[in-house]
Amino acid sequence: MNVRKSLLLSPYFAPLNEFHMLQIVLFIAVLALTGGLAYRGYARVWQNIHLGKPEPAEGDRAARWRNVLLVAFGQQKMFKNWLPAVLHLFIYVAFLITQVELIEILVDGLTGQHRFFAPYLQGFYTFVISFIEVLSVLALVATVAFLARRNLLKVPRFWKPEMKGWPFRDANYILIGEIILIVGIFTMNGADTVLQARGAEHYVQAGPFAVSQWLGPALFESLSTPTLIAVERLGWWLHILTVFGFLCYLPYSKHLHILLAFPNTWYARLAPKGEMTNMPEVQKEVRIMMGLEQPDVNAPSDLPVFGANDVFSLSWKNILQAYSCTECGRCTAACPANITGKKLSPRKIVMAVRDRAEEVGAAISAGKQSRDTYDDGKSLFDYISPEELHACTTCNACVEACPVLINPLDVILQMRRYEILTQGAGPTDWLPLFNAIENNGAAWAMNEPRDAWRN
Amino acid sequence: MLAKTMAEMQAEGQTPEILFWVGCAGSYDARAQKVTRALCEILQHAGISFAILGQEERCTGDPARRAGNEFLFQMMAMMNIETLNLYGVRKIVTACPHCFNTLKNEYPALGGHYEVVHHTQLLQELIHSGKLKLKEGGPFKGKRITYHDSCYLGRANDVYEAPRALLEALDADLVEMKRSRKNGLCCGAGGAQMWKEDEPGDKRINIERIEEALQTQPEAVAANCPFCITMLQDGLKAKEQNEHVMVYDLSEMILQSL
Repeated sequence: MNVRKSLLLSPYFAPLNEFHMLQIVLFIAVLALTGGLAYRGYARVWQNIHLGKPEPAEGDRAARWRNVLLVAFGQQKMFKNWLPAVLHLFIYVAFLITQVELIEILVDGLTGQHRFFAPYLQGFYTFVISFIEVLSVLALVATVAFLARRNLLKVPRFWKPEMKGWPFRDANYILIGEIILIVGIFTMNGADTVLQARGAEHYVQAGPFAVSQWLGPALFESLSTPTLIAVERLGWWLHILTVFGFLCYLPYSKHLHILLAFPNTWYARLAPKGEMTNMPEVQKEVRIMMGLEQPDVNAPSDLPVFGANDVFSLSWKNILQAYSCTECGRCTAACPANITGKKLSPRKIVMAVRDRAEEVGAAISAGKQSRDTYDDGKSLFDYISPEELHACTTCNACVEACPVLINPLDVILQMRRYEILTQGAGPTDWLPLFNAIENNGAAWAMNEPRDAWRN
Repeated sequence: MLAKTMAEMQAEGQTPEILFWVGCAGSYDARAQKVTRALCEILQHAGISFAILGQEERCTGDPARRAGNEFLFQMMAMMNIETLNLYGVRKIVTACPHCFNTLKNEYPALGGHYEVVHHTQLLQELIHSGKLKLKEGGPFKGKRITYHDSCYLGRANDVYEAPRALLEALDADLVEMKRSRKNGLCCGAGGAQMWKEDEPGDKRINIERIEEALQTQPEAVAANCPFCITMLQDGLKAKEQNEHVMVYDLSEMILQSL
C-alpha cells in the first residue's frame, strides 16, 4: 500500500497552514544537514576502527547473543555497584523508550501531523507518553545526581589525570545536553496539555499525560493561546534539535558507548580471561628451530613485527573497544597498580588507543599519509609509556570491571610483546628470569635438581 | 619417598592416574616446597596413584609469556608438551594457579590436551567422594580465617567455590574480605612482577592486600598460590603481624586435619 496516500486519506489528517508548511521545509533542511554531519562522523569512526588488523568473531553465537542481551541490553555488569547502576538505568530506559516519541516527532516534522499516533492508539498512546514522562523525570534526577557525583562529590575515578580537559568537559556536555532534552519534552508536552484543554486547533486530544497534566497548567495556564503555541513549538524544536545535535556529537564523544556497547559485547572474547591469544607466527618459528617443522623456502627473509606498537598492529576489535569506552573508570578503580599509586591506568590505555586512532585517521583523511606507508614518526608508545606497561600484574581486574566487556589488558600484553620481541627492550630485571628459563627450564637459576624437595 | 617420577613409574610398569605438576615455585621456593610435600602426603593418604615429571618438568612459560617473551614461552610449551605426550599424560593436578591456567587454557592451542585441575578442586573432589576424611574438630574448627582469591584461579578461570568448600569442610569460620571472588585484589606478583622491582608508586600491592586481610581480624589467611603466599607473608612481615597471623595453602590446612 502507498504509505503517503494512506496518510492523506486518513480521517485524522489535519489541514496545514503556511506556518506548518514553513516548519516542514525547515525540518527537512535540518534533517538533511544532520544526516550529512552524522554520516561524516560515523564514517570516520568506521574508518578508524578498521585501521586495525582484521580478526573474525569466533566461537559460540549463542554465547555472543547472551553477552549482547545480558551485558549490553540488560546492563548486567553495571549492577556490581547498585547506586550508579540504578541511576544509569533510568537514563538508559528513558533513552530507549524515547525512541518511540522520536518516530512521532519525525512524522510531525515531515508531514505537519501533530501527535499522529494519538487518534489511532488512543488510551495506549496516553499510556506510552505518560511512561516516557515518568522516565524523563527519573532520568532528570539521575542526570542531576551524575553531575553532582562528578563535579561536587568528586568521585575519585572521575578525577584521574587522564580525565583532565576534553574528557571532563565531554562528560558534562552530555549531562547538560540530557537536561536540555528533558526540558524540551516537558515544555512541549506542558504547553500541549493546556492547548488541548483549550481545544486549540491542530492540538489533538491525546489525554492527560502523567506529569504534564499538572506541570502544564502550573507553568503555562496564564499564557495566551498564540504564545502557548510558540512555547509548544519552541519545546518541540529544542527537543528535536538536541536529539539531532546528540546524533552528530556522538561519534566525537565518549558517549558513543550507547551505540557501540552492542557490537562490542557481540565481538568480546569468550575464552577464559586467563588465556592469552596465541601467536602462530612465533609458534611456527619455534617449531622450525626445534626441528619439528621445515622452514618455508619462500618466506620473506626480513623479520616480521611481533606484538603491537600502533593501531595498525592491534586488532580492529581493540579499536572498536576503545571507541566503546565511556571513560567511567571502573577499570582504573579496580586496578591494583593504580590503587597503589603506579602510573598505570587501564582507562588511559584504552583512551590512548582511541586518541591514536583519531590522529592516524585524521592524517590519512587529510591526504597527508597513506594507510599502507603510514609513518608520522610516532606510535602508541608516544601515548603509553613502558612504565605503565611494566606496572601491570595481568590480574584481569580491569577486564572484569568493564561494564561493556572492554579488555585493556589485551592491549598492554600486545605492547609488552612488541617491546620484548621487536624492540628487544623491557625491564632489565626480567633478563635473569628469561636466562633462567632458557638455560635451566626454571624461573630461577638454581644449582640443585628440580626434584631435590623429594629427599 | 614422597613422589615417584613418571620415568620411575614407567620403569616399574606402572601408569599413574594423575600427574602432579609441581611448578618452579613448588620445586625451588622453600615455602612452596612445603605445599608440594603436603599435597604429596595427602595424595598418598587418599591412595591416589600419582607421579611427577621430576627433572623432565620445565617452567610452563607463564611468566615469560606475560612479560611479552612469546619465543621463550613457545619453547617451554613445546618441550613440556612433548614430554607430557610422550608419557601419555591425561590428567594433571597442580598447586600453582599460573601453571594451572597455562596448562589448561594455553597448551591446547599448541597440541597439549589434558584434563587439568587445581589442587583445591581435586581436594574438594576427594573429600566429596569420601576418599579423604577430615577428623572431627580439626585444628581449624571455628577458627576465624579469611581467604585470598588468586587472580589466576579466580578471575582467570572462575574457580571460586572449590577453595571455599575446603574451608567449609575444615569447619573454619570464613570471613570474606571486602574485595573477594570476582572483585578480589591481586597480591601483586602476577604478570612476571614477581621477578622485578615495583614501578614507582605510593605503596606495594601486597601491603594494600594484607591490610585488607587484617581488617577481617583473621587468625589465619588461606591462599591457593605459591606467589600469593610469598606476597602475603611479606606483607605480614612488613606489618609485623607474622607472629600472630599465619598464611596457609589450603592443602596444608587439609593435611593438618587428616
